[in-house]
Amino acid sequence: MIDKLKLVSHVDAINWNKIEDEKDVEVWNRLTNNFWLPEKIPLSNDIQSWNQLTPVEQQLTMRVFAGLTLLDTIQGTVGAVSLIPDAITPHEEAVYTNIAFMESVHAKSYSSIFSTLASTKEIDEAFRWSTENEYLQRKASIVMDYYQGDDPLKRKVASVLLESFLFYSGFYLPMYFSSRARLTNTADLIRLIIRDEAVHGYYIGYKFQKGLEKETQERRDEIKDYTFNLVFELYENEVQYTQDLYDEVGLTEDVKKFLHYNANKALMNLGFEAIFPKDVCDVNPAILSALSPNGDENHDFFSGSGSSYVIGKAVVTEDDDWDF
Amino acid sequence: MTDIVYFSSTSGNTRRFVEKLGRPAARIPLYAREEPLVAEEPYVLCVPTYGGGSEGGAVPKQVIKFLNNKTNRSLIRGVIGAGNMNFGTAYCLAGDIIAAKCKVPHLYRFEVFGTPDDVRIVHDGLEEFWKQQP
Repeated sequence: MIDKLKLVSHVDAINWNKIEDEKDVEVWNRLTNNFWLPEKIPLSNDIQSWNQLTPVEQQLTMRVFAGLTLLDTIQGTVGAVSLIPDAITPHEEAVYTNIAFMESVHAKSYSSIFSTLASTKEIDEAFRWSTENEYLQRKASIVMDYYQGDDPLKRKVASVLLESFLFYSGFYLPMYFSSRARLTNTADLIRLIIRDEAVHGYYIGYKFQKGLEKETQERRDEIKDYTFNLVFELYENEVQYTQDLYDEVGLTEDVKKFLHYNANKALMNLGFEAIFPKDVCDVNPAILSALSPNGDENHDFFSGSGSSYVIGKAVVTEDDDWDF
Repeated sequence: MTDIVYFSSTSGNTRRFVEKLGRPAARIPLYAREEPLVAEEPYVLCVPTYGGGSEGGAVPKQVIKFLNNKTNRSLIRGVIGAGNMNFGTAYCLAGDIIAAKCKVPHLYRFEVFGTPDDVRIVHDGLEEFWKQQP
């Protein structure tokens, strides 16, 4: 594990009245407004639904969540913390401490799901599986290696790929169940995690791009090569992890589309163009709809096929500063 | 002629999408100290939503200020939303709010800075859209 985590060498009192990068304040406000705890979600309403899953589906769910627990633990304990010494502004440091804490909330929330739905024996079995599954362990060790390396930009790349790509083989399952009206409260909790990870990926990706701007062309090329190589290395492993989990329920191909779609968005968070072509990213509309209520509609007024030009959807527009 | 007005934060994702469209566009200023933008011709507004959560604050305050100007409001013809589907109910929420408030269609949504397909669809779509406008 980590020998000695580098600490910030010098600290001044943080002054939130003197801001160098507005993005720090904006994201801090977003994250604190979005704060939640698993105790607020009525997970016990899923017990009946849980009992209707097949034993194979139950085991898959336990394993998927044990895998996600490991990633959130890494991100909370090592990933977000490792970014602090690289921060440019004191407010950026503060945002990372928020991110680290929320990752620990995420990791804990899977235990809330476990204790609500499963027996101690099943829980122990899932955690044991997580320590023995070679693909899960491999993805953890790849990311951990970069967190312990000495390149701040590469650390951010690894972090964004974890936040915006590596979680999604797992997130697929609760979205799939939700689209079939199963484990819907669990899905509500997972959606909160997804929302947090999206803000984290956006912010760390933004800081990465700001850092990259200051580098020479040679170094930018090096980082770009590194990023794409890492995506492919992780992708290869992710496909095997996906097969290992989902082959038995016949969902592997569907999950892979979701992986491509999310890998593209992870790259875009880092400012790079998407690499997976459209025809391998055609995610099941039911999954997108589970992700966002607007996700399945074709909001394409231009092609004439969408429902988007139904004007006057019920949205609250009561901000005080609207003048009309 | 400027047919797109857009807001983009310092992350520049929406600016990047608009630049790829290759159509004349004007940016709503980020800072209050800058000269406010006043539209002179009909335009489509491109606006991002980042972060989810409550509806209050979904529309960037700079965009509210821009739309509080009656001339600007009278010239808006449609909205294009940007964001990330992972924000759940808040995906492109600012676009929904503005479309409802200004009674114009929410023409299109895209994620982050858009894929090449998004760029092509919006580019060609706007071409047609402006032809059909009175």
